Amino acid sequence: MRIVVLVKPVPDTASGGERLRPDDKRLDRAATPAVVNANDEYALEAALKLTEAHGGEVALVSMAGATAPETMRKALAMGAASGTLVTDEPLGGSDTVSTTRVLAAALRGQEYDLVLAGADTSDGGAGVVPAGVATLLALPYLSYAAKIEPDPAAGKVRVHRISPTGYDVLEAPMPALVVATQALGEPRYPSLKGIMAARSKTIDTKSLADVGDVGGGDGAPDGVGGAAATTAVLGAEAPPPRAATRVIREPADEAARQVVAFLAERRII
Amino acid sequence: MAGAIWVHGETAPDGSLAKISTEVATLGRALADASRRDLVGVVVAAEPTVAANELAAYVPRVLAVTEPATTDHAAGTIVGQRLAALIERDAPSFVIAGAGPEGRDVAGVVSALTGWGVLVNATGVRWEDGPVVEMSVFGGKLNTTSRFTGDHGIVTVRPNVVTAEAAGAAGKVEPTEAPGELSLPQVPIVDRVAAATTAAPIEEARIIVAGGRGVGGPDGFGVVEELAQELGGAVGATRAAVDAGWIPYAQQIGQTGKIVKPALYLALGISGAIQHKVGMQTAETIVAVNRDPDAPIAEFADVVVIGDLFEVAPALLAALRDRAG
Repeated sequence: MRIVVLVKPVPDTASGGERLRPDDKRLDRAATPAVVNANDEYALEAALKLTEAHGGEVALVSMAGATAPETMRKALAMGAASGTLVTDEPLGGSDTVSTTRVLAAALRGQEYDLVLAGADTSDGGAGVVPAGVATLLALPYLSYAAKIEPDPAAGKVRVHRISPTGYDVLEAPMPALVVATQALGEPRYPSLKGIMAARSKTIDTKSLADVGDVGGGDGAPDGVGGAAATTAVLGAEAPPPRAATRVIREPADEAARQVVAFLAERRII
Repeated sequence: MAGAIWVHGETAPDGSLAKISTEVATLGRALADASRRDLVGVVVAAEPTVAANELAAYVPRVLAVTEPATTDHAAGTIVGQRLAALIERDAPSFVIAGAGPEGRDVAGVVSALTGWGVLVNATGVRWEDGPVVEMSVFGGKLNTTSRFTGDHGIVTVRPNVVTAEAAGAAGKVEPTEAPGELSLPQVPIVDRVAAATTAAPIEEARIIVAGGRGVGGPDGFGVVEELAQELGGAVGATRAAVDAGWIPYAQQIGQTGKIVKPALYLALGISGAIQHKVGMQTAETIVAVNRDPDAPIAEFADVVVIGDLFEVAPALLAALRDRAG
């Protein structure tokens, strides 16, 4: 099997330094260290387990800034075989429409049985790109997977899709696009061997021109990148601080009484 | 006249209108009033009547599309195609949907088919020559305001941002057919499996009682569940508790789980690490019970009880029961 995993470098949540650039209100990617988006790591882990079980290899596809290879190496160290990065100056400030079109165009040049994507990213958090990519490529779309069971011989994949009441078992022919969730299992840590091996793995860097047609299909307007963005950030500010914390250090019964009184005061109970 | 504002009416598994859609519809009405535009609800479902009638309590006009394919196929791609076809036919300006998994799937498909932009996870929307959308980004470190650069767009709204309020008069439901074929691949649902637990969904809960590593094990969730039941709330958990297998992933709150905004978040044995904080910090009231006075949650909770949760939680349960008489 060949599985493509969509990955995005995002600011490290733990760094606490995320901010927008004051001039153009775009994410200041220089202000924080980048990591592989956590939900994408679940997708990658699932892909690696599937290729370990069924044979084949995992390739990464990303649209990101020029420094992305540094972050993609971490995903290669986990076990992906190679990567494709679409990076180009005009793509800065891309919205989800652009990202969807560029990733779809990049996938048109790839062979795969499955595309795996994370449920959303920790920076923008939109979670709409995977459905859009599947739509543009007319791939079966299987979202919010808690389990992925491919049957390469039959050319089919089964997915347990988390539903409000449990899960639905979906079945589709491959190639298909599957949205991974954390329920698929913990991402592995790269081994030292993996880290060494990642250094010599190929990341194929492509410009916008290299990926070809990024039109949105019939009737949709062309154009990608910051200049074509359908959305614009007007402003950003830190949220108002929460009120000071009231600390209760009484014995359990008295503490409980005070909490219940507080909840009643706030009309929560 | 300027293009209408549309509200996507999501259906719950039992065919009724999803709670999020009552909130989305209420928000849509405020925007339609402010902009003097028409407001239209759209329900696409195998049997849309029940949900469409419910939605009509909130909006003056509801388009009901009967789509048998959603009975036994994954709905997002199908509903998205029908919605996109209706958008092409009727030319509204903006579509508002819920920011849950179903709304996201539909928004992604509609955006790809129409080329319309999406402003996601709105925590507030007002009208200034178009929707101006507030969102919480980077796990709540920043609140941004955004708008569409053109005259069209899709807004997804988080649960519990708006209090649902029916309109003065009920609207009318119009059965309609969406033009065109379903050209995208349909994904059959070969089985539907009910979860072993009948845990209340956390996204829309008014009260959440959540447990973390400090709960100590699956048995420790007993008292979390009892408290949730007493308070009429849902049970949440941290990633650590989910990874340990103490509670299903569906209950996880945080960066790789769900983002919630309840009236009360009662955190038991949760340290409040950033990855969890991003999922719950917009709760109106946060009460924490933790042994460690230096736990990060003590910095942003409204009330923190320093103590052993296995003493404090039963005491809380008793106090709540006393009060209920």
